[in-house]
Amino acid sequence: MGKIVLNQVTKSFGDTQVIPPLDLTIEDGEFTVFVGPSGCGKSTLLRLIAGLEDVSSGSIEIAGREATQLKPAQRELAMVFQSYALYPHMSVRKNIAFPLKMAKMDKAEIDRRVESAADILNLTDYLERRPGQLSGGQRQRVAIGRAIVREPSAFLFDEPLSNLDAALRVGMRLEISELHKRLSTTMIYVTHDQVEAMTMATKIVVLRAGVIEQVGSPLELYNTPRNRFVAGFIGSPKMNFIEGALAAEHDAHCIGIRPEHIDVSATEGSIQGTINVSEHLGSDTFFHVNCEALNTTLTVRVDGEVGFNRGDTVFLTPKSDLIHRFDEQGLRL
Amino acid sequence: MARAVTTQRKLINTGLAWAIGLLIFFPILWTILTSFKSEGQAIADPPLFLFFDWTLENYAIVQERSDYGKYLMNSIIIAGGSTVLGVLIALPAAWSMAFVPSRRTKDILLWMLSTKMLPAVGVLYPIYLIFIELKLLDSHLGLTIVLMLINLPIIVWMLYTYFKEIPGEILEAARMDGASLKNEILYVLTPMAVPGIASTMLLSLILAWNEAFWTLNLTAAKAAPLTAFIASYSSPEGLFYAKLSAASTMAIAPILILGWFSQKQLVRGLTFGAVK
Amino acid sequence: MATQHSRTAARAMMAPAVVLLLGWMLVPLIMTLYFSFKKYLPLRGGDLGWVGFDNYVRFVSSSSFWPSVQTTLLIVGAVLVITIALGVLLALLLDQPMFGQGIVRILVIAPFFVMPTVSALIWKNMFMDANYGLFAYLWEFFGAEPVAWMSQASIQSIIMIVSWQWLPFATLILLTAIQSLDSEQLEASEMDGATTLKRFWHIVLPHLSRAITVVLLIQTIFLLSIFAEIFVTTGGAFGSKTLTYLIFQRVLESQNVGLGSAGGVYAIILANIVAIFLMRIVGKNLDK
Repeated sequence: MGKIVLNQVTKSFGDTQVIPPLDLTIEDGEFTVFVGPSGCGKSTLLRLIAGLEDVSSGSIEIAGREATQLKPAQRELAMVFQSYALYPHMSVRKNIAFPLKMAKMDKAEIDRRVESAADILNLTDYLERRPGQLSGGQRQRVAIGRAIVREPSAFLFDEPLSNLDAALRVGMRLEISELHKRLSTTMIYVTHDQVEAMTMATKIVVLRAGVIEQVGSPLELYNTPRNRFVAGFIGSPKMNFIEGALAAEHDAHCIGIRPEHIDVSATEGSIQGTINVSEHLGSDTFFHVNCEALNTTLTVRVDGEVGFNRGDTVFLTPKSDLIHRFDEQGLRL
Repeated sequence: MARAVTTQRKLINTGLAWAIGLLIFFPILWTILTSFKSEGQAIADPPLFLFFDWTLENYAIVQERSDYGKYLMNSIIIAGGSTVLGVLIALPAAWSMAFVPSRRTKDILLWMLSTKMLPAVGVLYPIYLIFIELKLLDSHLGLTIVLMLINLPIIVWMLYTYFKEIPGEILEAARMDGASLKNEILYVLTPMAVPGIASTMLLSLILAWNEAFWTLNLTAAKAAPLTAFIASYSSPEGLFYAKLSAASTMAIAPILILGWFSQKQLVRGLTFGAVK
Repeated sequence: MATQHSRTAARAMMAPAVVLLLGWMLVPLIMTLYFSFKKYLPLRGGDLGWVGFDNYVRFVSSSSFWPSVQTTLLIVGAVLVITIALGVLLALLLDQPMFGQGIVRILVIAPFFVMPTVSALIWKNMFMDANYGLFAYLWEFFGAEPVAWMSQASIQSIIMIVSWQWLPFATLILLTAIQSLDSEQLEASEMDGATTLKRFWHIVLPHLSRAITVVLLIQTIFLLSIFAEIFVTTGGAFGSKTLTYLIFQRVLESQNVGLGSAGGVYAIILANIVAIFLMRIVGKNLDK
């Protein structure tokens, strides 16, 4: 039902092409996350799907219908904006009811749907308030409420959590994931935060400069990144990259090794180094180890109990079966 | 500067600010007080502040001498009419400039403002001739149109800045929610722009009410507004302070009262929408 | 969402305002240009034929021309300086915590509501009159000789009256701008050891530059054409004749439309010089 197909879609602003020809299929019911650094075109791509921007060429198909020329409202999509875009002069009830009113739905049905959305989102007590009187998290929920009452064929989220503080963000992440499980409607979610992408997505689309770098499930991207960009973007702390002699030993221009795939020992290992900074998170500890022989600093992630300190000399051993190899172009070997 | 301040500091601020405020307001206060004095007490030496024989006779005399009600009506018709007309013409223009901007939008806006810099006196005679030709001299319609044209650039400018403040995402949300252009304007844009429109109208009203070049030069008796009413007291034989004060108070009272009642919108309006 | 369709609609919506203003600007302008090349005396024979640049030469060579330009620039410049300087100080004061801030603000705004004819009249008669004015009492009280303001200090008097009218506007805009200043910026500079004076100079004043530009622009527009204040007070006598007033006299009092129109063209040129200069600053400052 909510399948979305982009076929050779491009977008130019004036003479600048921000999206070169792009193909993408989003299956019905998928939670797809567009992720990439700022300016990579992920928001533009979302706005093209929403119909808020016209495509320069190519076609978009939504739920089996040709939608390229359709107005935003006719695409049967709902969108949650970064700023929430609530109507400041309307109560929460009126905000949520607005799309239904625009669709000329009858009063009783509107009330029923608004009450049920409010119930799902714990907004029942706030229905008569104005957006200005709500907290950030509550505003976020109103925006989501306004989206779900329409029962759209797909939801679009444009960096919806970026205005919330860290603790709320984790909570809302869970709520949105649960919502997806409950509704099992297609969702497209734009973020620059790879943690949000990894935790929520069933499918991640990594974008850079308007080009899709890789599409896959979170674990596929983590285990087999197609190139150095994806490898570096997915995973936290970032993957370590080593060039030179050590890479050549593995028949590669460059090798990548995730911080959690390195063993640390006080006495023996393949790479010697000095701990420059150690960050204790409790459950985990990150060491930034200065390796003079490699002329680089490697990040290592170990169990919280491992007892090294700043200035200690340590020996590092990458787990050989978890090393990623890349060629000169940065492609995976 | 949301910081706790000592009471002493606050008291000093209060005293100073009140003193300066009263000093600035004093000419108006003095005029109002004088309007209730007899002519003799109005020029008493030393000046009398509160302890004089309060009287309303000046108002009665002024009303008798020149028909205040007629001038007041003319002012209301001309200032009100030009404001309503101006806003009606400026609204669509400001809307399209704010939401469908083109490369030339900014130039058009600055050009509009620059027409305000054309000295009225440079074109007084041509307008005078046109008015005679069209039989608009000393008519409500003629003055309404002229004052509307004078204030139009300011009205467009202010509405434009208010529209610009409305976040684009909200309008996009309305579009996603299925609102047609008509509904978008009716349910989302207009309610959000009402305070700005109110401020704009208030400012336009004040500017039109107080405009004194065209109103003095294009009217005679029939359509003359309060600016002309008061100008008739500038001739030497009218030099009776108490009556002058009564006439002045009557001329400025309507706008002063309106201004004070709508202070919040006005403060916003007085900044011409240019400063947040 | 700027599709071709909405562009056309937008242009149509802008049309009435643009066409009206264009007409308002061009028609009288062309007529003024036309008259300026004619000897045209409505009460003494009407149109007496083309005279080339005679009117332009006569207007400039008249002994009142340069003084009137000087007076105009002096009044506009002085009022701008006074209102902006006092406005900044007053705005700083009103921004401080105090009791009854709302009422003080009303008191300060009030002069803006007073129509120019009224304020000119009450200042001229009730304050500046050499016999019965309040200033005369004050001067005498302190043992000084009362001043005949309108004749001995006409330009200063007009500057004072006009400044009183426009101070509220400058204060209000500057106050609004000060209130939008991020207090953390001030606190940061305080931590960095900046004194009150330095904080004002390096942080508050630059923050106000945009607001000051707006005051400059809007006040200049209105000040270049002040009329009632002179009409009611000195009637252009005692060296208080501005360019606007001089043209007014030529056209209406001496009924010499040709000469007055040539003056009007000069006034338009002067206004345009000021306008170009202002638009440069404003255009730059408003893009921020």
